[in-house]
Amino acid sequence: MGIKLSLHQLKEKFKGNMFAPAFNAFHTFLYTPNDVTKGGTHIKAADDLKRTMNMVILSLVPCLLFGIFNAGYQHYAAVDLANGIIREASFLGNFITLENFLLGSTKVLPLVIVSYVVGLTVEFIFAVIKGHEVEEGYLVTGMLVPLIVPVDLPLWMLAVAVIFGVIIGKEVFGGTGMNILNPALTIRAFLFFAYPTWMSGDKVWVHQAVERTGTAEAISGETILGMHAQNIPIEIYDLSDMFIGFIPGSVGETSKILIILGALFLIFTKIGSWRIMLSTIAGALFMGLIFNQVVDLGWITETSKFYGLMSVPFWEHLLIGSILFGAVFMATDPVTAAQTLKGKWIYGFLIGFISIMIRVFNPAYPEGVFLAILLMNVFAPTIDHYVIQSNIKNRLNRIKIKIS
Amino acid sequence: MGLLSKKDSKLILDPLSDNNPITIQVLGICSALAITAELEASVVMSIAVLFVMGAGNVVISLIRNIVPSRIRIIVQLIIIATLVIIVDLVLKAYAYELSKTLSVFVGLIITNCIIMGRFEAFALGNGLWRSFLDGIGNALGYSLILIIVGFFRELLGSGTLWGYPVLGDAIDKTGLYAFGYENNGFMLLSPMALIVVGIIIWIQRSKSTHLIED
Repeated sequence: MGIKLSLHQLKEKFKGNMFAPAFNAFHTFLYTPNDVTKGGTHIKAADDLKRTMNMVILSLVPCLLFGIFNAGYQHYAAVDLANGIIREASFLGNFITLENFLLGSTKVLPLVIVSYVVGLTVEFIFAVIKGHEVEEGYLVTGMLVPLIVPVDLPLWMLAVAVIFGVIIGKEVFGGTGMNILNPALTIRAFLFFAYPTWMSGDKVWVHQAVERTGTAEAISGETILGMHAQNIPIEIYDLSDMFIGFIPGSVGETSKILIILGALFLIFTKIGSWRIMLSTIAGALFMGLIFNQVVDLGWITETSKFYGLMSVPFWEHLLIGSILFGAVFMATDPVTAAQTLKGKWIYGFLIGFISIMIRVFNPAYPEGVFLAILLMNVFAPTIDHYVIQSNIKNRLNRIKIKIS
Repeated sequence: MGLLSKKDSKLILDPLSDNNPITIQVLGICSALAITAELEASVVMSIAVLFVMGAGNVVISLIRNIVPSRIRIIVQLIIIATLVIIVDLVLKAYAYELSKTLSVFVGLIITNCIIMGRFEAFALGNGLWRSFLDGIGNALGYSLILIIVGFFRELLGSGTLWGYPVLGDAIDKTGLYAFGYENNGFMLLSPMALIVVGIIIWIQRSKSTHLIED
């Protein structure tokens, strides 16, 4: 007797019991359900919600693996830097090493485990309360969350934030598919406002940088964005570092090349909307161009505190910070994004536009992608409404012309 | 209750639960969000509103038959404003620090919709004693929510209650802080107050299901 059958029997045994949804969820998560619809042909499609979600998780795995190595690498690189050695990053030479992997996995895997255990527990509890099937919505959120937090974040804070994000961000609206805000970003926003010392500043992005502050072994944990914001010239990272991702940042968002690969995978499997990705990037580039123009015209000089970020070449904004990660994995969330085609262009463009604007103008925290996406999540239904209304108007006009 | 008839005691008890001005009528939200970061401020605000509503309802009820209905709103505003100024001056005289914390929000009691709401809905049509009870009842219902919200926001946001550190010292790392606990800064921001009020509404409605409309 295989696991599948015993799970099925367990499910049958507990039918009608309050824990039935939990068994059911385990069963259908691992296998195709035993029972099939009888009589008549129905629409057949291979991509149910679970499979869609699994595809997104697959596309995130490279980022996670890279994040594990990078967590270790950034720590040792910062230690070296404090001792006066500037590391030249090389992928096989000093990046893919056992040392990096061991350190990284002891920091990153607990984040993943806490995120999933806490989040799924909340989902199970709500499923039991509602007498509803367990919803799969947390599968992707649970993977996204560890990728968008700093590596040293205390685990209990993550747990509190996940509980908040799942309940207030999703369950109160009716669960998966009904939420207005992206749950993963709700969790990040909660962390950012609740525990700002662990979510922003120049220390949190590299393992142990906070602990070592003030000691003889102090190391830097500054991100490139943070240096730009303080008008510090970037010396130790070049463009290829930024593109491949050998830079400090949240766990999974540093490697642009892997994010692009993930994006191609999502577009190819038709899960992520390329319209949103493209328009987000266009919006970001447009805002970056405006800032570049302002600098070129001499309206902002080097004495201004905005000079550093404004003078970043517009295309370089895509390589630093988390705009690409947000555009590919966050903005495209099908539940919270705009649904209409025209709406998707507007929605994405404004996300990119506002992201760069907040990034440059926010004095305390030089990044705004998560705030911009949350803001546009709120406006997405409004955008859709007006797109549909204008469609209706156009069609009415067409009929009127035909009749007359 | 021996002191009050059944009908009268309903005036006090109803606003505490099934007809709460904040959680059911959703009035007076602005002040509930703005000043509840500390328990002390919530209590003082509650007392101020209790005074204004009790006295205001009595005065309105007394003059309800002589005020032409065309100018009643102006009259009501003048009465509230007078009472609020009294509260403001008393606070400035006896609790200056606190009046600075509450700052503009004491003055904004004038715009608290609960007060106007009760004047219009109750005091204009009822006798003195019943109006008084209604004012007190609604103010208590308002206070109840304010104090619950203030309690949780101060406890989780600053780790103190009424200014006393109950969770240990955040800087010396004693008590709970020794284990790595940290205050939740989000609790001190108004959006979290809205969420706390929302959670109270959620709990109340899931307890008394007859409140849920379709």
